Amino acid sequence: MITKLNHVSIFVLNQDSAYEFYVNKLGFKVHTDAPMGPGMRWLTVCPPGQPDLEITLMPIEDGMMFKDGAAKQMRELVKKGTFGFGVFECNDLNATYEELKAKGVVFKKPPTKEFYGYEALFMDDSGNWFSLGQKK
Amino acid sequence: MYLYKRIVQAKLYIDNHFGSEMDLDNIADEACFSKFHFIRLFKAIYDSTPHQYLTRVRIENAKKLLQEGNSINETCFMVGFESVSSFTGLFRRYVHLTPSAFQRQFMEREERIKNIPLQFIPNCFAEQKGWTQKSNFQEAV
Repeated sequence: MITKLNHVSIFVLNQDSAYEFYVNKLGFKVHTDAPMGPGMRWLTVCPPGQPDLEITLMPIEDGMMFKDGAAKQMRELVKKGTFGFGVFECNDLNATYEELKAKGVVFKKPPTKEFYGYEALFMDDSGNWFSLGQKK
Repeated sequence: MYLYKRIVQAKLYIDNHFGSEMDLDNIADEACFSKFHFIRLFKAIYDSTPHQYLTRVRIENAKKLLQEGNSINETCFMVGFESVSSFTGLFRRYVHLTPSAFQRQFMEREERIKNIPLQFIPNCFAEQKGWTQKSNFQEAV
């Protein structure tokens, strides 16, 4: 029986830049950072309150995962902001919004009252977007 | 929103200057709040007083410095504590390990990641990336 989710992948254009964004701007913790040979790296991070959820910062590269030009298509889609990979939560949306903005995070939508709750939308350094909601 | 900006600026000031001697009264003045009001607003937003938050920031940064291989003494003073015994006591209270045990545990894990990285990577991803084909990534028997 499935008990929990322990890995999820976010496709990024560059792992170094993604590290800077997720660790130094969003404040996520590094879970595993394993060099796997020249130009290859297994990098997972986790939100401070979820040390057992590994978010894999997956580079988009030609290879077994992306074949026949799929890597190029995927990079274009990510850059265009096609993908929203999930919803993050915080204790205070206004304070988190001000702090992340001060650190250079780009918001598509400021904190806004919607019928389903209080929400902002931000983008990572690759173009992926996320919803940020306030814990009830 | 302006009120939030002032509290966030104070919080970012703590984040960036935790290693120095910090007068939280000054920070309240800089944010243009009375000390009482500042503590109340800070706690409402961050669920801890500015002093509790400062301690937590110091401990979190101490963890990073220990992970980088700094000694316990060096780490203690770099993050703004004035005595190794009080640093060690607070570290143990927050992390549930002494600084030396924390550092040892981290270094041992890093060594395992370096020597047998496939133990830390789900096999489906390792196969997709072709890492299971490389003999130097094989798990130690």
